[in-house]
Amino acid sequence: MEWETVIGLEIHAQLRTKSKIFSGAATEYGAEPNTQACAVDLAFPGVLPVLNEEVVRMAIKFGLGVSAEISPKSVFARKNYFYPDLPKGYQISQFELPIVGKGHIEVQLEDGTFKRINITRAHLEEDAGKSLHEDFHGLSGIDLNRAGTPLLEIVSEPDMRSAKEAVAYLKAIHSLVRYLEICDGNMQEGSFRCDANVSVRRKSDSKLGTRCELKNINSFRYVERAINYEVERQISVIEAGGTISQETRLYDPDKNETRTMRSKEEANDYRYFPDPDLLPLVVTNSMILAVQDDMPELPGQKRERFMTQYALTAYDADLLVTSRALAMYFETVVKESKAQPKLTANWIMGDLSGALNKANLDITESPVATTQLAKLLQRIEDNTISGKIAKTVFEAMWNNEGDVDEIIDKQGLKQVTDSGAIESLVAKIIADNPEQVADYRSGKDKLFGFFVGQAMKASGGKLNPQQLNQLLKEKLAG
Amino acid sequence: MVYKTIAELSQDLANKKISSVELTQQFLDRIERFDKSLNSFITVTADQALAEAKNADAQRAKGEAGPLTGIPFAQKDIFCTQGVKTSCGSKMLDNYISPYDATVVKQFKKAGTVLLGKTNMDEFAMGSSNETSYYGPVKNPWNLETVAGGSSGGSAAAVAAYLTPAATGTDTGGSIRQPASLCGISGLKPTYGRVSRYGMIAYASSLDQGGPMARTAEDIALLMNTMAGFDTNDSTSIDYPVPDYTSTLNDSMKGLRIGLPKEFFGAGLEKGVEEAIQAAIKEYEKLGATIHEISLPHSALSIPAYYVIAPAECSSNLARYDGVRFGHRCKEPKDLEDLYKRSRSEGFGPEVTRRIMIGTYALSAGYYDAYYLKAQKIRGLIREDFSNAFDNVDVIMGPTSPTPAFKIGAKTDDPISMYLSDIYTIAVNLAGLPGMSIPAGFVSDLPVGLQLIGDIFQEPRLLNIAHSYQKVTDWHTRIPKGF
Repeated sequence: MEWETVIGLEIHAQLRTKSKIFSGAATEYGAEPNTQACAVDLAFPGVLPVLNEEVVRMAIKFGLGVSAEISPKSVFARKNYFYPDLPKGYQISQFELPIVGKGHIEVQLEDGTFKRINITRAHLEEDAGKSLHEDFHGLSGIDLNRAGTPLLEIVSEPDMRSAKEAVAYLKAIHSLVRYLEICDGNMQEGSFRCDANVSVRRKSDSKLGTRCELKNINSFRYVERAINYEVERQISVIEAGGTISQETRLYDPDKNETRTMRSKEEANDYRYFPDPDLLPLVVTNSMILAVQDDMPELPGQKRERFMTQYALTAYDADLLVTSRALAMYFETVVKESKAQPKLTANWIMGDLSGALNKANLDITESPVATTQLAKLLQRIEDNTISGKIAKTVFEAMWNNEGDVDEIIDKQGLKQVTDSGAIESLVAKIIADNPEQVADYRSGKDKLFGFFVGQAMKASGGKLNPQQLNQLLKEKLAG
Repeated sequence: MVYKTIAELSQDLANKKISSVELTQQFLDRIERFDKSLNSFITVTADQALAEAKNADAQRAKGEAGPLTGIPFAQKDIFCTQGVKTSCGSKMLDNYISPYDATVVKQFKKAGTVLLGKTNMDEFAMGSSNETSYYGPVKNPWNLETVAGGSSGGSAAAVAAYLTPAATGTDTGGSIRQPASLCGISGLKPTYGRVSRYGMIAYASSLDQGGPMARTAEDIALLMNTMAGFDTNDSTSIDYPVPDYTSTLNDSMKGLRIGLPKEFFGAGLEKGVEEAIQAAIKEYEKLGATIHEISLPHSALSIPAYYVIAPAECSSNLARYDGVRFGHRCKEPKDLEDLYKRSRSEGFGPEVTRRIMIGTYALSAGYYDAYYLKAQKIRGLIREDFSNAFDNVDVIMGPTSPTPAFKIGAKTDDPISMYLSDIYTIAVNLAGLPGMSIPAGFVSDLPVGLQLIGDIFQEPRLLNIAHSYQKVTDWHTRIPKGF
């Protein structure tokens, strides 16, 4: 039996504002519990919400980033339910009229092809607080620091057909919100999280299967694993003659399984209605135009430009545009060094990225500044050092041992380009190794590498490789 | 001295005929003496009042006094007052001390008024007789066996009995105008959005509006000069220029077009009340006004629409009283559900519970369109009725309440008949318009109120119309026997 998987994602991106969506309290992560909750967040009697205008600009930015319609009028509604970490007894969200309407994003799949994923809507809402069930001796602790933090909920169409596609989409949105600087994308801290709606159907079916909503998947890896587990589960239920019932399921990363959280029958009736404390949100054309002026180049556009402007391969361009900071680092180095873009890309994606990963650092935290890397590339291109020696220099730069030229000088790494000096070294090596010379001359071409190695060893790797090759060939030819 | 208006007291304070401390003490003494029988205050802040009065006198000595500096004043217990119990008439908040001041409270503090205390009210402002208060009913000073009206009954009775020169009220369906009418004082419900709702505990957010209650239109104008205005903390408050409400009080009544809606003079209106209202309208004719019969065809639908919208909003607004962070919490809850259920059923009285249940039902999946959406459509029609009427008239007049004050307990078992006592006031809230009630005579020794309804932001005109009547009548100067 051929099965098809159908997936839609609901992504919650926490907007990077200084203060909350409806109050002046700070949103910073990691503060002492309940120190960042004011009277409004605590829902004291008489308080009223006032919309933070920054969140509106951020939502518009996202809307423009996915070519979506921005609603001229959207409405905040109350989603009513009781929970201790929801102080008002309702969450202010948008229901019937969201600020961002239909849009789409191009997502690159593993085989390099692109697929368009449609976005149904994106709406603004406030986050709830946190309930802490451990360390309270059977009781629960409530931390309301997060209550009222602005969220943008991004809802996709059920356009994805595999867990890998879902991850690719999630990554594309993740990269976009960071490019737009509206969300820090930190999944561990929960500022970027997603729920997945998963169903399966026989390939011949035109109707969608019954879906289950998976909650609590807070990393790219877990998204893939949770969906794959759920797909397997649903198929085996149906193949065993059972039916899938619509429900919300929780993903347990430790056991790598999903389990029932609540069934459809247990689902809350949220009794949505327009929040009478907030007027309809009106977005004017001039607001949209102002945001448009402020829009950065998006990952897709940047990728295209990198390929044409710098003659990079699609592979290199893709890697470089994963984050705005990385792309900016690349462009700055190219500009400062006037080195070949390909060489620059290789260094950034190779040695620099490797070192950063090992040290668990972000490009913005790189100990090697763009000016330093640019200088290093200049020294390669002007033949002061060879590419191989450059790795030694880079290591010293990474360890903060000083300026590129200083390191080259101090460690005596300057490449030998004086042909007289190279000639005498070559002559010495030929004189010292008569057997090998004889073998070479009798046809053992492979021994050429031996002579190169000897020369480099004797010089500490500082000989200009092209010059050495040429001279060696001449002298060995006799 | 205590029988004087704010305008007169302000003069006396300015002319050093009396100090604010002395004046405050006189009112505190009266509260002490009379409020046991009236029950119009939930909290009396005597010490704080005297300290504030002392400050006011000092401010005056420095030459920094405004028109309200040193004037004793009362706040309805729905307005949050920092450091002072703010109960909203409910057991739920019997132990609640607000950590902040409502915008209205701040405004009056800044103006230099002296807070005598917090007045009694129907629980969470839900009621028309003050009988739903956790602190017991307020008695009407004109007849202690009758109700003071509600929900701002404490403010109305306290002003009527000269326990305070003025007080705040809030009006969701008539809660300023109806008790003002029943107690024989003046009360103004401003245009929705004119007075900040920040710190005014919400009942039905789209209808709630705070306003002043005093004896005269002139005093109300003085209070509006302090209360009105845009507040960045209230997204529904309107940024519209605030006039000096006293400057137009004496404008002429010549050519004023008064509309009398035929729907306000039909079945259910007590004869004595109708006669008093007709007599008042005759006075306006003498002043040069013209009378026009008009129609507000959807009036009959205002009560059903109100009793869907207000409970729907209240069911959500009152969800925060869950026993978790403040207010009443039941003893030894077994689990979360038990905590919610017992805290809420112990903390809320029957009328509040009834409205939460109605509202929850009206918003439920499958009923929302039939109730809430339909009620909103009716609201649109009612607004249109008024808008059409104001094409042809300047003010709409009629009774505030179909009857004078009724006996305590008379309607408590019959919520529908209780709801009907707001039949002439509710439409004004649904339309967001300003409305006033002023004393216009007596029937069986109980006061009758004349209601004035204006177009949006026409408060200056309403005050001018009310003041013109008070210049030629003396209903507003009467003192209930024994007070």
